[in-house]
Amino acid sequence: MAAVLEQARSGAVPVGGAFLFNDVGSVRITTPELFTEEQRLYLKTALQFSTEQVLPQAEKIEAKDNALLRDLLRRAGELGLLMIDIPEAHGGLGLDKTTSLLIAEAMSLQGSWSVSFGAHTGIGTLPIVWFGNEAQKQKYLPKLATGELVAAYALTEQGSGSDALGARTKAVLSPDGKEWILNGSKLYITNAAFADVFVVFAKVDGDKFTGFIVERGSPGFTVGPEEHKMGIRGSSTCPLYFEDARIPRENLLGEVGKGHKIAFNILNYGRLKLGAGVLGGMKLQLRNALLFAQERKQFQTAIASFPLTREKLARMTTLIHAVESMTYRTSGLVDAVMAGADKTAADYSARLIAAIEEYAIESSIMKVYGSEALGYVVDDAVQIHGGAGYIEEYPVERAYRDARINRIFEGTNEINRMLIAGMLLKRTMKGTLPLFEVAQAVDEDLTAERLPKARVQDELAAEEQAAENLKRLAIYTLKVAAETFGAEIEQRQEVLATVADIVMDAYALDSVVTRTRQAAGEGKLDAVRVAMARQFATEANVQSYARARRALCATVKGDALEEHLAKVARLELFTPYDPVELRETILQAVEKASGYPLSAV
Amino acid sequence: MKILVTAKRVEDPESKIKVKPDGSGIVQEGLKYKINPFDEIGVEEGLRLVAKHGGEVVVVSIGGKEVQEQLRHALAMGATRAVWVNHTGPLDQMGVAGLLQKVAEKEKPDLVILGKQAIDDDQNQVGQYLAEFLGWGQATFASKVESLESEQEKNKVPALQMGADNKSVRVVREVDNGLATLECALPAVVTTDLRLNLPRYASLPGIMKAKSKPIEELTPAKLSVDVTPKVQVLKMASPPPRKAGIKVPDVATLVDKLRNEAKVV
Ligand SMILES: Cc1cc2nc3c(=O)[nH]c(=O)nc-3n(C[C@H](O)[C@H](O)[C@H](O)COP(=O)(O)OP(=O)(O)OC[C@H]3O[C@@H](n4cnc5c(N)ncnc54)[C@H](O)[C@@H]3O)c2cc1C
Ligand SMILES: Cc1cc2nc3c(=O)[nH]c(=O)nc-3n(C[C@H](O)[C@H](O)[C@H](O)COP(=O)(O)OP(=O)(O)OC[C@H]3O[C@@H](n4cnc5c(N)ncnc54)[C@H](O)[C@@H]3O)c2cc1C
Repeated sequence: MAAVLEQARSGAVPVGGAFLFNDVGSVRITTPELFTEEQRLYLKTALQFSTEQVLPQAEKIEAKDNALLRDLLRRAGELGLLMIDIPEAHGGLGLDKTTSLLIAEAMSLQGSWSVSFGAHTGIGTLPIVWFGNEAQKQKYLPKLATGELVAAYALTEQGSGSDALGARTKAVLSPDGKEWILNGSKLYITNAAFADVFVVFAKVDGDKFTGFIVERGSPGFTVGPEEHKMGIRGSSTCPLYFEDARIPRENLLGEVGKGHKIAFNILNYGRLKLGAGVLGGMKLQLRNALLFAQERKQFQTAIASFPLTREKLARMTTLIHAVESMTYRTSGLVDAVMAGADKTAADYSARLIAAIEEYAIESSIMKVYGSEALGYVVDDAVQIHGGAGYIEEYPVERAYRDARINRIFEGTNEINRMLIAGMLLKRTMKGTLPLFEVAQAVDEDLTAERLPKARVQDELAAEEQAAENLKRLAIYTLKVAAETFGAEIEQRQEVLATVADIVMDAYALDSVVTRTRQAAGEGKLDAVRVAMARQFATEANVQSYARARRALCATVKGDALEEHLAKVARLELFTPYDPVELRETILQAVEKASGYPLSAV
Repeated sequence: MKILVTAKRVEDPESKIKVKPDGSGIVQEGLKYKINPFDEIGVEEGLRLVAKHGGEVVVVSIGGKEVQEQLRHALAMGATRAVWVNHTGPLDQMGVAGLLQKVAEKEKPDLVILGKQAIDDDQNQVGQYLAEFLGWGQATFASKVESLESEQEKNKVPALQMGADNKSVRVVREVDNGLATLECALPAVVTTDLRLNLPRYASLPGIMKAKSKPIEELTPAKLSVDVTPKVQVLKMASPPPRKAGIKVPDVATLVDKLRNEAKVV
């Protein structure tokens, strides 16, 4: 790209959103190829736990065997799987975020378990790690680290889901000042049936949004009946009721009126983690679909040899590769910011939260892209199974239902799409991202019909160029919309969502090309990775230019529209490849590995 | 008490094994490796014994730099330290036993635990050779009476029982017609069968700690062992692919075919 941000040049960690303005490959990214020996060993243990302890129990879990789920959490605790994000001083391991994500990946082979594990270690435990005072940390964290206590997180209410701060639950200090008295209710709370510790949000005096720690058994606090869900049926999801519920004064979490800081920061990290939390499931579904297709014969032929089956398997693999490349790149950014920081320092949590917030755009991308990639993968997997894919006996039927929730929680995909485009604009206004300057340069180049060539002239030069052009496309489209609509742009949700879609494809393609080159080092590019990059670029291009045209049509009219469309067309240089050749290269690797071919362990 | 346990690096049975076209060995590219499962059972038993009686588990492996991976795995499970005999050339079972003999003489353990065999070449010889070389008692195929679902197993009770003053070990062995119990004076050599225990996973804190545990490097030369193999592998070949089965209409046809075609009854 034309404008490389200063940080990239100076070798510092790039700021959030910088990928849209930096050259492909200008900053080294974290990838599974760079996992340390310890990280690989952690991953092995976690995968062994998932495949030997969790998957064989899937049916019991789905029958809502809460005792089993609790027991699994305790066993996971014995192995240290619940300790990763908890500091050493409080019974944890205080490991980096890449490790936390790869464990989340390994836990995601079974949907209900994955959500239960995630609610405990993530949204349940982290508010206390990040915002608890010393006494609260000492009281709860060592037991949450071992699974002796189980945590839940209660933000959503009947009247406030996406509008998270619209809570009606109210907290007042008791007349003697010793207790908080809570009134109201919460809805859809994961782990509720068996959790011991609930992080609950309520408005102090009806207007100051605040976090509290509520223990099971507090007077006036009850857990309602289980919801009957479409998927992740083995996880517990219940409403909570507070009727003059009394909790000790010291169970205030953080400060009165600062609950939004807890809620939003927990969400940021949850979104980043969701990218990893779909990866394990996707890889498992790819493997199962492949094995099924190799066994299943129709017309005296294994269906794995039919081109349309092969096309699906290759598409699944390419999507997994893209999500994986973005996921660990993003966690690597957070880790890079925190590298060398003193984990025992008083401001460590504050710095960590800021580092995660810095990459909120990337995290929202992970949330949306990851959950939708999972959706495509399970859909293809069901289709490959034919009628069997629709029958409960086959695990893919459950995986299909389980996948759906990912587009809804941790902020719906609509909300996250608005955030991606919205944060790009906000950070532009704040001056940390150069949207308008770069858009100006792009416009000039397009007017002059002058387009910079790829920096590296290798087999992926065309994909590098395509990635750069997708970024230009996103920047250009967003600029036109911002200029046209001004402050009113917030109401133009389709345009913003479209820009978000292009930004996501750009981040994915940039990550895939960068990873492929990095993996080769000084040597030859790997043919399978190149094929995946090409296949991804082909799909991303087709959909992105169609989207950009739609967004422009919804933004300007008449001659101006014609002019913009003509300019955008100049970016669309990419010549697609023979998809049959690409998928064969990919599938041979998949067949050899009996599944995803680039596993870290 | 000090327990020496072996940790051989073997091909992961989940990997697809292919013989090289020239029969000189197997194709190693793309293969995954792990600790020999019987050795892993040995490490587990050692850890249970020292948890009960005190002492340390020392693990030993022979091979190139890559076997450190299996040593780290055993250290992450809880072994105290490791001995790595750095050797990359050909090696037969007697050579392995010779090297282990010298390591045992150096370490002076109360007990050496090995897998009854390694799942790569399934030889089932090293433990027996080693006991002979050391002149110690041996108990092969150690198993246990209780099932792997029992309370004992859940509570990680060791299956090997130490005698009074830790001077002997009582071993239940799996033999063709049931279980036999042996009592061996210490020091002794024990080899493990599959149903001795369920090995623990390497926990995350265990993996972290393993990073700083020592691995001592030795070589056949340092141990003064001549490892020139007495057994030579001439050629490897895949077993011929199995022919497709057939369905027979009734028992009479089955008996007829078994008698006259297969000639087995
Ligand atoms: C299985 C399960 C587990 C859950 N676990 C927890 C938990 O542990 N803790 C917890 O606090 N919550 C939990 N939730 C709640 C979850 O976070 C919410 O369901 C989610 O945030 C959506 O809120 P909502 O259901 O009220 O939908 P709504 O917010 O009513 O959304 C309905 C639709 O409107 C759209 N929409 C809303 N606002 C906008 C907007 N401004 N612009 C465009 N579109 C918009 C949404 O995208 C969506 O498509 C869970 C939910 C489920 C189903
Ligand atoms: C709820 C339900 C109700 C049903 N009701 C009836 C009913 O009332 N009566 C009845 O007779 N049947 C019924 N069926 C069966 C249904 O018609 C079959 O499941 C369907 O025809 C697919 O066949 P299959 O399941 O054997 O899948 P397969 O044929 O094995 O297909 C598996 C996959 O391979 C692909 N494939 C197969 N052949 C080729 C090829 N040549 N080229 C490319 N791809 C190929 C398929 O597209 C699919 O993706 C029902 C099934 C379900 C699930």
